[in-house]
Amino acid sequence: MKYYRAKVTVRKTETVADPEGKTISEALSRLGYQNIKSVRSGKVFFLELEAEDKAAAETLLETVSRDILSNPIIEKFAFEIEEI
Amino acid sequence: MRAAVIVFPGSNCDRDTYWAVEHALGESAEFVWHRDTSLSGFDLVILPGGFSYGDYLRTGAFASFSPVTKAIKSFAENGGLVLGICNGFQVLLECGLLPGAMIPNDHLRFICSDVLIRTERTDTPFSNEAETGQVLRIPVAHFEGNYFADKTVLDRIEANNQVLFRYSDSNGNVSAETNPNGSANNIAGLINERGNVVGMMPHPERASEEVLGSTDGMVIFKSILRYVEEKAVSNV
Repeated sequence: MKYYRAKVTVRKTETVADPEGKTISEALSRLGYQNIKSVRSGKVFFLELEAEDKAAAETLLETVSRDILSNPIIEKFAFEIEEI
Repeated sequence: MRAAVIVFPGSNCDRDTYWAVEHALGESAEFVWHRDTSLSGFDLVILPGGFSYGDYLRTGAFASFSPVTKAIKSFAENGGLVLGICNGFQVLLECGLLPGAMIPNDHLRFICSDVLIRTERTDTPFSNEAETGQVLRIPVAHFEGNYFADKTVLDRIEANNQVLFRYSDSNGNVSAETNPNGSANNIAGLINERGNVVGMMPHPERASEEVLGSTDGMVIFKSILRYVEEKAVSNV
C-alpha cells in the first residue's frame, strides 16, 4: 500500500449565490483593492489516505468528495494528490 | 396518534416539539435517539430544529448519514408521515427525501423573528385544517434558510404543486419584500410528490400556545392528527 496526501477543494457552483464571497469582494473593493474582480468562497479539506496506487487513491477521493464532502446540488469539488 | 421526535446530537428544539405534540395537541410523543434503527408503531416522525452534529460540513449533512435516517427513509417509503422543521428540513434535503438544498441567507444574518407564510395547499395531511390561502404567523430561526434548486427542479416542484408554504405578507401577497432569506420562489415549506414528507423552515412548535404569541403552528399539528385519525377510521 502507498500513502498519499490530498487536498480537496469544495465550492459553490457558479449558478448558486455565494453571499460570503460577494461580501468579501465588496469589502476588498471598498478597501481599495480595485484589481480584485471577483471572490468565491469555499472549503478546503486535507486528507491522508492509503491505496494500492494513484488511480485507486483518485477513485476513493472521487467517491468521498462526491458523496460526503460536497453536495452536488450546490457545490463542485476538485482535488490534488501526492504520494508521501 | 404516536409521534417520534428524533434526537440528533445538537438537536435543540426536540423538547419544544415534544411539548407541542404531548401537551398542546394532547397526543403521544416519544424521543428517538439518532442511533436507534426502528420507527415501527409511529404515525408521525418529526425531525426537530437545532444544529445536528454541530452542522459541520453542511447543515444536516452528518444527520443524513446517521443510523436513524435509514429508518426514516424506509418509514417514508412505506407512506409514513415525516415532518422536518428547520434543521430537520435541512436533513431531509441532504438525505434526498426532498429536492434542492439550503444555502446561507442572502443577507448573511441569522434571522430569529416571526414570519408570515401563505398556505398553498389544503389537500395534504399537513394542511387539511387550513383555509385556502391561509396566512400563518410562525417564527423562523436560521442562518441557512435560503432555499435553492436549479431551474429544472424548481419548475418540476411548481408543476407538481410541491410548495406547501411561501413567505408572504398578511394579505397573502408574495413578493421579494416578503422574502426574509432569499429563498427561490419564496419557498418556506415543501412537500414531496407522494404527499407524506414535509420540510419547513418556520417552527410550528414555537407557535403552539397562546403564551407563545401565536397558535398558528397548531394548524399543522391538528391537520396531521386529523389525517391520522381519519385514516385509522377508514382502516377499521
